[in-house]
Amino acid sequence: MHVHRFERLWLVGTLALIVLFIGTVTYGAVGAGYGMVDATGGQVDPTDTTGGENFREPGVYNGSEPNHYDVYVEAKQFLFVPGTSEPIRVPANSTVTFHVTSPDVIHGFEVVGTNINTMAVPGQVATVTVEFDEPDEYGLVCNEYCGSGHHTMEGTLKVVPESKYNGTSGANDTSSNTTMSAGNATSTATATNEVN
Amino acid sequence: MAHPHKSDRPQAYEAEGTRLKDRLAFVDRYPNAARITRLSLSVSFTALAIGALLGIVQALHRTNVFRGLISSVDYYSVLTGHGVLLALFFTIFFLTGIFTWGTSRSLGRELPSPRFSLAWFLLMLSGAVMTSTAIFGGLVGQIPFSADVLYTFYAPLQAHPLFYAGLAAWLVGTWLAGADWFRTYYRWRQDNPDERIPLQMFMIMTTMLMWYIATLGVAVEVLVFLLPLSLGLIESVDPLLTRTLFWFFGHPVVYFWLMPAYFAWYTVLPKLSGGRLFSDPLARVVFILFLLLSTPVGFHHQYADPGVPEGFKFIAMTNTMFLLLPSFLTAFTVVASMEYGARQRGGTGYLGWLKSLPWGNPAFAGCALAGMMFAAGGFSGIINAGMNINSLIHNTLWVPGHFHLTVGTASALTMMAISYWLYPQITGKRLQFYGVAQIQPFVWFIGMGLMSNAMHRAGLAGVPRRTAEPQYQQFDFAPVLGSMSEMRLQIAIGGSLLTLGALMFVFVMVGTWLAERGRGQLRVDSHLPEPISGAADSPQVLDNVKLWFLIAVVLVAIAYGFPIYSMVADGVFNPAAPSFPV
Repeated sequence: MHVHRFERLWLVGTLALIVLFIGTVTYGAVGAGYGMVDATGGQVDPTDTTGGENFREPGVYNGSEPNHYDVYVEAKQFLFVPGTSEPIRVPANSTVTFHVTSPDVIHGFEVVGTNINTMAVPGQVATVTVEFDEPDEYGLVCNEYCGSGHHTMEGTLKVVPESKYNGTSGANDTSSNTTMSAGNATSTATATNEVN
Repeated sequence: MAHPHKSDRPQAYEAEGTRLKDRLAFVDRYPNAARITRLSLSVSFTALAIGALLGIVQALHRTNVFRGLISSVDYYSVLTGHGVLLALFFTIFFLTGIFTWGTSRSLGRELPSPRFSLAWFLLMLSGAVMTSTAIFGGLVGQIPFSADVLYTFYAPLQAHPLFYAGLAAWLVGTWLAGADWFRTYYRWRQDNPDERIPLQMFMIMTTMLMWYIATLGVAVEVLVFLLPLSLGLIESVDPLLTRTLFWFFGHPVVYFWLMPAYFAWYTVLPKLSGGRLFSDPLARVVFILFLLLSTPVGFHHQYADPGVPEGFKFIAMTNTMFLLLPSFLTAFTVVASMEYGARQRGGTGYLGWLKSLPWGNPAFAGCALAGMMFAAGGFSGIINAGMNINSLIHNTLWVPGHFHLTVGTASALTMMAISYWLYPQITGKRLQFYGVAQIQPFVWFIGMGLMSNAMHRAGLAGVPRRTAEPQYQQFDFAPVLGSMSEMRLQIAIGGSLLTLGALMFVFVMVGTWLAERGRGQLRVDSHLPEPISGAADSPQVLDNVKLWFLIAVVLVAIAYGFPIYSMVADGVFNPAAPSFPV
């Protein structure tokens, strides 16, 4: 079988490119510590999301370490709770783990302009851990079609200066300043302005 | 070389010396195959016309240029129609048309049973009509149908049962179509025990084997879960499982759209360029790679899904990157074949030969422009495939920006362009409105250039896809390149040009269909010149499609076996999500 010299060169070049691309992704995961959304968030009963161990009443909670926070978000037709009727508030210079699930259909949870971008699948809890360096304000968007009011599903995330952060007074937060294990939060990403 | 005597003849001899069989229009040689091809293409072009009209409605609605025609709730019926009609019915009815033609042409024989061929076509058509009825019923208040579930129909959103039943019937029709082509092949094999599989037939067989593997996922999803759910036979489903089954099918279907374009680029485009295919064996290698790698990559659509361990995403990412190989090989072969043709036509220089290509021939111009845009789409696809960088653009407008370059141009524009060449042969009618056909590919190219670049940039700014009104109350998008209003304008103008381009194409086709036979000699014939490097000296194992099929099955089992097992191990319906009818 005759393979032209140019074609062989092209083939070798393509293989090198493929190895390079796989290498960059591997570096991102191992070297830079970028963690994917994965199965570590566990499962819930979509009709009773807080009934098990993997999800809590929506709101902001203190994490297991100082400066760590856990944010529980329910994405549902056509609201983020919290996020839509009141902003999600977290302090700057913190590490935040979002736990996102849906009690109805599939939604998206996108913090606009960052790489915080996960699906909210009924029955599953998505966990994303990120670091917020500076005070800022972000939009929240549902980026998966979820029904006739999909285009109205939005919200706000406020990263406030540490001095102005008055504790974990998020929506429906019945257990402020309690300590909980954030053992599920293994995925890490950096959501900062550098992302842009 | 198969025909060494040909190489020393002057060019004029080639054209005149084409065997009489090739000069007789395809329709006269194989009337049954020509009829099935015509029927398939007519459904395909009808779906294209309707889908394109829905496209301009969306382009103007979501950019807020004009929202007078539909409400934002009905936008999702329109979007479902656009996706299903174009991605499933336009492309795949075209595929059944061109593969029927390719089977008969490359084997030099009719399909064995006109009744069987008509039966699978009618089954596909009735399925398509049922599904379309359910979708467009959503636009009419009095009709109890609704299927605003989009092309991906993720559970637990639930459409009318007619939507799923139609999809199932249509799918079974495609299986029977494949069986028809394989049956024709086996009859040919009995008469020709020692010949290599003709290249076009080889491409059809590998593509269909990929399809049989891939559609298993969606068949189980629809028949075991969604249809029973919509009929009320079961109460809930596991949304992650049904979503995974969808993407088991949802990525290979991408190659089912592309393979007819590759088929045309490899076997017809070299002739249109005035030359010959560079290498037959490498074309076979490329199709084998697609058979092997198309399916075990579906998890790259689920990078952002909870419940799927990172390792499986990584395997899918690696396989996806290796899919670059067949696409890069194709780029090489197609460009080399075009250059060879251009030099045969007197072209010279490093890039000067490009000027010697027949840009005034709409079939050539469409294929070449489609190939160029496919290169751009390939690069944005590499970003999608990059597991971590994908988080920036997942489910944003970047994604439709990407696939309008791939399925929306590489596939769609090639299908339109090849029709300018093929349709006269299956009708015996000379192409009408040739001037319209000549500019149509350029209208498409410009329209897509405007729309797609703006969609990519809007996606980078975080603008979501699949949204009737991507303008929000609580925040503004901060684009990196350009301004939001400029992007909206480009999307609106580009989308309008694309609808115009699609309608120009359908106008030429309908004009040709209505023309009388015998008005002028056909400009085209179906003779395809021998490749420069033929199949004869390539390893026999390339033609062992059973072997490649088995390896493909093993790769799918590795990529999907454990993840699907772990999703069903806790109960097929757990975690149980009740349905939400739309």
